[in-house]
Amino acid sequence: MKMKSQIATLDELDWKILRALQKNARQTYTEIGHRLGVAHSTVYDRIRRMEKHGIIKKYTTIVDLDRVGMRYITAIMTVFTDPKESENIAKRLSEFNEVVEVFTSLSEELLIIAKVVAEDQNKLHSFIAHSVAPLPGVLRIRTSIITRKHKEEEFLIEREKLEH
Amino acid sequence: MGGSSASRTLRKLSREEAFYFFTSIGNYTGVSASSLEEFVEKIREVNTKSLEFHLYRWDFEKWATEVLEDEKLAEQIKSVRSLGVTGGALRDQLYFTVLKRYEELKRQLSPFS
Repeated sequence: MKMKSQIATLDELDWKILRALQKNARQTYTEIGHRLGVAHSTVYDRIRRMEKHGIIKKYTTIVDLDRVGMRYITAIMTVFTDPKESENIAKRLSEFNEVVEVFTSLSEELLIIAKVVAEDQNKLHSFIAHSVAPLPGVLRIRTSIITRKHKEEEFLIEREKLEH
Repeated sequence: MGGSSASRTLRKLSREEAFYFFTSIGNYTGVSASSLEEFVEKIREVNTKSLEFHLYRWDFEKWATEVLEDEKLAEQIKSVRSLGVTGGALRDQLYFTVLKRYEELKRQLSPFS
């Protein structure tokens, strides 16, 4: 791995390790090394370096909330904004616990797209009406409640499938 | 309701207290009202879908009671809902009802005008 300013250049082995971790981050260095045909110490060094440089941001657990009976709804909220206030709105949205992801998008108008999670429709509406709509620079809001998830996969894993 | 209560109901509201018109869950029209006077105006211009959405969720009454602190207005809005009207008829009924109450409060503030 080589660092050019903030951009890292990864070699084929780095990419393979990342893909292996995205499939299962609990694999041991030995398991990954065995699969990729390299020593576990090599895997260890590569992973440590990628952690140090922030390429591997964190290891997390994906919980199936339906299986533990947690009641919640997820919605994709598109906020049309005054361009002058867009950065502030994105920052404020990122501070709310109800908002789990925030993106800025430039199509015909400047938009902020956020993923929002709430216990039910009333709480979702109340959050948007009382916390999002009053933010200075919010012009309109469109919200779509997600009723079913058909796919959730990491880009690196999908790209690997495309390459083969 | 005396002059001071009337002035409280007719006051200019903060962004947090304003009424934001939605057409369905999470869909904000971009139209808001920061006073009762503005609310009257916005009833005339907002999509009737929005009026139906809020009326049948009791949002107008809640706002009248909790923010404007005007129980009488809340009662009058409730009576509009009991008519069961929708669309343009709802807009007309709501506009007439809220405008009447607004004018009544204005008179309480300056009875000789």
